[in-house]
Amino acid sequence: MKPAQLSVSALAVIAATASVASARDQIQVAGSSTVLPYSTIVAEAFGENTDFPTPVVESGGSSAGLKKFCEGVGENTIDIANSSRPIKDSEKEACKAAGVTDIMEVRIGYDGIVFASDIAGNDFQFTAADWFNALAAEVVKDGKVVANPYTKWSEIRADLPEQEILAFVPGTKHGTREVFEEKVIAAGCKESGAAEVFAKEKGEEDGESACMALRTDGKSVDIDGDYTETLARIQSAKNGIGVFGLSFYENNTDKLKVATIGGITPSTETIAKGEYPVSRPLFFYVKKQHIGEIQGLKEFAEFFVSDEIAGPEGPLAAYGLVADPELATVQKAVADEVTMAE
Amino acid sequence: MSDATFSGGQKASLLVADPHTRKRNAAESRFRGYGLAAIIVSMVMLVVLLFTILTGGLGAFRQTYLEIPVTLDAAQLDKSGTRDPEAIKKVLTLTYGKILQQALDKAIADKGIQVADLSDKDRAGLISKEASAQLRNRVLADPELIGQTVETRVLVNGRVDGYYKGRVSMESAARDGNTSPAQLQLADALKAQGMLATTWNWSFLTMPDSSDQRPESAGVGIAILGSLYMMLVVLVLSVPIGVAASIYLEEFAPKNRWTDIIEVNISNLAAVPSIVFGILGLAAFINFAGLPQSAPIVGGLVLTLMTLPTIIIATRAALKAVPPSIRDAALGVGASRMQSVFHHVLPLALPGILTGTIIGLAQALGETAPLLLIGMVAFVKNFPAAPPDGLFDPASALPVQVFNWTQRADPAFMERASGAIIVLLVFLLCMNLLAIFLRRKFERRW
Repeated sequence: MKPAQLSVSALAVIAATASVASARDQIQVAGSSTVLPYSTIVAEAFGENTDFPTPVVESGGSSAGLKKFCEGVGENTIDIANSSRPIKDSEKEACKAAGVTDIMEVRIGYDGIVFASDIAGNDFQFTAADWFNALAAEVVKDGKVVANPYTKWSEIRADLPEQEILAFVPGTKHGTREVFEEKVIAAGCKESGAAEVFAKEKGEEDGESACMALRTDGKSVDIDGDYTETLARIQSAKNGIGVFGLSFYENNTDKLKVATIGGITPSTETIAKGEYPVSRPLFFYVKKQHIGEIQGLKEFAEFFVSDEIAGPEGPLAAYGLVADPELATVQKAVADEVTMAE
Repeated sequence: MSDATFSGGQKASLLVADPHTRKRNAAESRFRGYGLAAIIVSMVMLVVLLFTILTGGLGAFRQTYLEIPVTLDAAQLDKSGTRDPEAIKKVLTLTYGKILQQALDKAIADKGIQVADLSDKDRAGLISKEASAQLRNRVLADPELIGQTVETRVLVNGRVDGYYKGRVSMESAARDGNTSPAQLQLADALKAQGMLATTWNWSFLTMPDSSDQRPESAGVGIAILGSLYMMLVVLVLSVPIGVAASIYLEEFAPKNRWTDIIEVNISNLAAVPSIVFGILGLAAFINFAGLPQSAPIVGGLVLTLMTLPTIIIATRAALKAVPPSIRDAALGVGASRMQSVFHHVLPLALPGILTGTIIGLAQALGETAPLLLIGMVAFVKNFPAAPPDGLFDPASALPVQVFNWTQRADPAFMERASGAIIVLLVFLLCMNLLAIFLRRKFERRW
């Protein structure tokens, strides 16, 4: 215990000198690893083109970022949280309890979620129902609820290739997982008609959760790391199919082959038109109380959503972000510092 | 020696070994075999590790540059014509990108380079996005350049760079959305003209991190600096605290239940997972003491806590190893206990203390987990100031940089990550060599 005490007293000395040190002059950002590349691209351009220092951007996931964001107001708390999902009511309450009352929500654009396999493998044309049947813990076969019996894609639908089912899906800590469950598995559950059977047999609520339950026999593998880990797993297990962000796929088109969903190939165009079904908006949240305290915070938010950056011709779109068709509304909201409703 | 006489005597010996002796000899040679096998296995592992890191990472130390004359058009860069720095600042990197593009197009036309199927995108993508930022900074530093034509050395796109390092081939480029065979042919043609060359890359060691779109300009400059700052804090805090604590515990403290409790706790702390120190650091240094996030000072404090037990244990062992006769002799000629410790025991224990300290530092240098929670696993682009102020500026660290780069989508960052590992290994090697050197030097005084 002695060294701990000693170092705490050492700390006290340092803290005393630290309070004399100058105020923080760079913006601090944390949150979603999906938004991270976009955020760093903007931060870099912001640092290059303005007199403000380059913002410091941390990763760690949407939930971790929002948690940090809601820790309070002041120089040693972050200014912006990146998120791949809208802020939850519980998080808003936590924010409020810590004194973070004025939050600006900024939507930067849309991100597609794609299914991709090894470049040398089979071509896949999926539907959401195929994914539900492949990965759900229980499926409906001949009108009865049975534990998932499928081992090959061709058993689900005859025109899918005869290949072992093996899917690498994002782990539960990722914002991507929620979108995957909602827009692919739950949608597939409805599409295949299983939702009705589940609801009849198990009741409304249990039926819904049965739709979302994934099989645990090793055919569906949760990846808690990043997309690079998913890619590495596919390269070692060639018959695996992974869930990726569109921008990650576009950076690795020489190694990955993308599958269509409902006959639509994912691209920034098909997502912008709303044809490709699996996409979600990306956000960042600004602590309005820090505007004016932290130099350049508002300028950074405005720079982020400006046409040159977040527009369809900007660097973010080039990296794989689907530009927001209502960008002008977002720009105006940022300029007016519109906060979220209570 | 005994080996030689034994094996030499075996042939000529009249001794007939009884079954028991033979069994014992067999057991011994088996054991030697196991030992040798263990060494071979670990050496093979090491060679495989080094081989993968070196083949993957040496590329980061070489970089492809393009050298072209760039006409800095005054009409585009300084509309007012006053060369006023404030007015020039209003021109963004986008415009500089266009100027570089015009320069490249002109160079292609001047040299009469013809490449089939060369699209606008291929030409636009050849030059790195970093180049326009560098050119803008150069012009801002010297506004007189506007209107002149200057020879400019610009980075090329990470894929083209990868082509000359064997990471990208014509086949993979055909499937790749970020490059194309035509772009690589253009690069080849420029190389044939002597404008494009792959050279030694100092900037990998000096440049800061860069965003996902420009892996070619990413470097470990801030990471090296951040790691150095943290090691400085660790050294300044943990060595005096650790050595003082061990001297007190070993030489002065009474042996009672309290010192036993302290001893158990220190040994226990040495085995605590490093992430726990990160949680402690977040609670104590950032939330309670109000130190800034992402700062080397917090990283250094957290790593100090982590290193202290290692240093204390090593120092106590070194002090224990000094024969009691030394102390007795010193006390016998009238030295005080403090004099006996500082004049005699401590100098003799110094080699052990140094080894412990350096091992502790090396461990701290490679640590990532505790830094995760205190905001050091971050994208940092501005260099921290010189210490002591710089200790409070955001910075990165070498292992953190490796961790960050392995998560990026562009495969070129994998090469950078291996390069950063090489840098880290070189630092560790230097530290260990220093430890051995110092130990040898001091050990002669026995």
